[in-house]
Amino acid sequence: MNQSTTISPNDSKRRWGYARVSVVSLSLIALAVASLALRRVMIAKEWDSNDTWTVATAALAAMACALPGVFLVMRRQSMMGDALAHTTLPGIVVAFLIAHAMQQAGWISSATYDSWRHAAMFFGALVIGVVSAILTEWVQKLGRVEASAALGVVFTTLFAVGLLLIRLKADQVHIDPDCVLYGIIETTVMDTIPNADVPRAAVVNGLVLLANLLLVAIFFKELRISAFDPAISTAMGINAQAMHYALMAVTAATLVSAFESVGSILVIAMLIAPAATAHLLTDRLDHLIAISLTVAALSAFMGHLMAITLPAMVFTPLGYPEVVDTNTAGMMAVAAGGLFVVAALFGPRYGVVSKAIDQARLTQSIIAEDILGLLYRLEEESGTAALAINQLTAMIGGRTWPTYFAVRGLASSGDVATRGNNCELSDSGREKAKRLVRAHRLWESYMAKHFDLPADHLHETAALVEHFLGAELREELAAELEDTAEDPHGRLIPPEQG
Amino acid sequence: MIRSVLTQPSRSKIENEHPASSPLSIHDMTVAYHRKPVIWDIDYTAPQGKLVAIVGPNGAGKSTLISAVLDLVPKASGEVRVFGEEYHKQRNRVGYVPQRESVDWDFPVNALNVVAMGLYRKIGWCLPVMRRHRQTAMEALDRVGMADYAKRQISQLSGGQQQRVFLARALVQDADLYLMDEPFAGVDASTERAIVEILRELRERGKTTLVVHHDLQTVTEYFDHVLLLNMRLVATGPTSEVFTRENLRKTYGGKLALLDQVGHKMTLGESAR
Repeated sequence: MNQSTTISPNDSKRRWGYARVSVVSLSLIALAVASLALRRVMIAKEWDSNDTWTVATAALAAMACALPGVFLVMRRQSMMGDALAHTTLPGIVVAFLIAHAMQQAGWISSATYDSWRHAAMFFGALVIGVVSAILTEWVQKLGRVEASAALGVVFTTLFAVGLLLIRLKADQVHIDPDCVLYGIIETTVMDTIPNADVPRAAVVNGLVLLANLLLVAIFFKELRISAFDPAISTAMGINAQAMHYALMAVTAATLVSAFESVGSILVIAMLIAPAATAHLLTDRLDHLIAISLTVAALSAFMGHLMAITLPAMVFTPLGYPEVVDTNTAGMMAVAAGGLFVVAALFGPRYGVVSKAIDQARLTQSIIAEDILGLLYRLEEESGTAALAINQLTAMIGGRTWPTYFAVRGLASSGDVATRGNNCELSDSGREKAKRLVRAHRLWESYMAKHFDLPADHLHETAALVEHFLGAELREELAAELEDTAEDPHGRLIPPEQG
Repeated sequence: MIRSVLTQPSRSKIENEHPASSPLSIHDMTVAYHRKPVIWDIDYTAPQGKLVAIVGPNGAGKSTLISAVLDLVPKASGEVRVFGEEYHKQRNRVGYVPQRESVDWDFPVNALNVVAMGLYRKIGWCLPVMRRHRQTAMEALDRVGMADYAKRQISQLSGGQQQRVFLARALVQDADLYLMDEPFAGVDASTERAIVEILRELRERGKTTLVVHHDLQTVTEYFDHVLLLNMRLVATGPTSEVFTRENLRKTYGGKLALLDQVGHKMTLGESAR
């Protein structure tokens, strides 16, 4: 929270370099997987319009979920999405029961039964979204527990109620709990809308995606402020609590629509994974939304390809040729997880790899500076200094390879001249070394002046700090020390220039 | 429960107690969390065009006072008038700077985005932030010396820089009454100077500013008026008259044991019998 360091423009430029690298590597990996899989698919001629519609339906569902997901993740309420995916179950069952009762009473014909049931489910979800949010708050207040504990109580209870209802009313409610969990996207695409070859699920998910896109576009400003700073949002008249309930309602409605085609496990993955992945790659909310949508669509495509190819690729060599494919929804979740891992490794700011590269660069530049400093000090003592790499390594106390690379770097930038096996300072290297030694001795003098330390305590910290004292800080230190010409050991502090 | 204990004053009395000209007048306000009163029976009328420090120990209810004025927490009893009317009718005229710790600084927005948020009410629901709004935000950033950091993601700013961004957001609100919750907390010396300069500029333009302030050393230097608070209003008035050793001793001499005891009983719901 209380960071006192800020990042200079140079740093952020380099970070955006990483962003490009990470996006490129992400797409390369995606392409490699896709082309491998596609080759197999092409050879076996396994791809037909069903596959296309499966991918389209899954992508639309995933993108529809990713939108409310962005705001859940940004509000640090990812668990709420998980909870809603469960609490909608009793809502779905009740919708089934109502539709069934209406059919029994003769109000609706069996032809329109399905569309009534879907309408009931949709509005039921809007209600249950708000109800779960309010219930969670109650449990939190009454039980005096943290939000996630309250969530745990509410969603498991409501899910259990849903399962109970399914068992009790099995004759009226035809829900297979397995299908609720994993989805059966491969068969849902066979259920097309009348007079067209388009799956009903694709239309439903497409419409939900469109509605969500519109909502985000229209309320972008309000969603942003209520998520970032609820207090000022409410004080300004954009009630953050009301926005929270609205988000819950929209999330629940999106969930039930995506549910049937892709199942609740996948729905949770699609709600959270794309936004979490995007957050590793960008610091802008609009970009974050765009990347989330891309990741969602990409997971759908990669997931289906992997589902129809990967099992055979893995299991045939192992002697199980009968395993040829697997559940698309499950593989989509795997693909989304894979993309997240790639982003976590190569992300510009938080990526493991980019951090490691940063660290390695810093280490290398410190070794190079140490070499310059060492040569300068030797020159100071004896007029000239020329050392071989193994001598340098021994004297700066490092290992051979990093020293070798540091010397090569110094040679190519012209700071060190090599003569035979030995290297010595060039004029430009001597200038750099002078500033480094100046920083070192200024620091020693400063510490000696203000901390009253014995002379043997000064060197080690100064050897660390010297690499981080830029021109500005050196000037500040020099001004602070006024006309001090020598360090506490009686050695001359080199001047900044000349 | 408290509502029934502390009866509402009559209508005519409210009118009398709230001079329409005052930027902020609080009449007999009590605020409770979980039924436990945090601040008791506050009566306060803010002087127009002054810099007011809200001073008191931790847990004295300083932030609660501000939150209650802004309708962010419910009042157990009492009335608040902003320029003679209820707060929700005067939102446009009130600027707010929350505590820096109250938001998630990892949120994907840059400094300019945050400052532009101060204009959201002026822009209106559903309408986008336009170029001229961004320009206004940019000018405010410039006023707090942060123009060079406009495009920087907010987690990459130092504590003092983050506080300046919050201040710039309040400036674009162009309010007449400002409520600031610890703007000086954890900032560097140059930011502190910058904030003081802005506060004085606001005063010169006739704005009224209430600031929750922790550093007793600087109260006399920075502020015209003080409001000494410790669960109840201890004293209020011009700094030179009210900011006395005796009043400070009353404010910081521990909570009133009796108020605390009664509050505890109310939390437990123990009746007297």
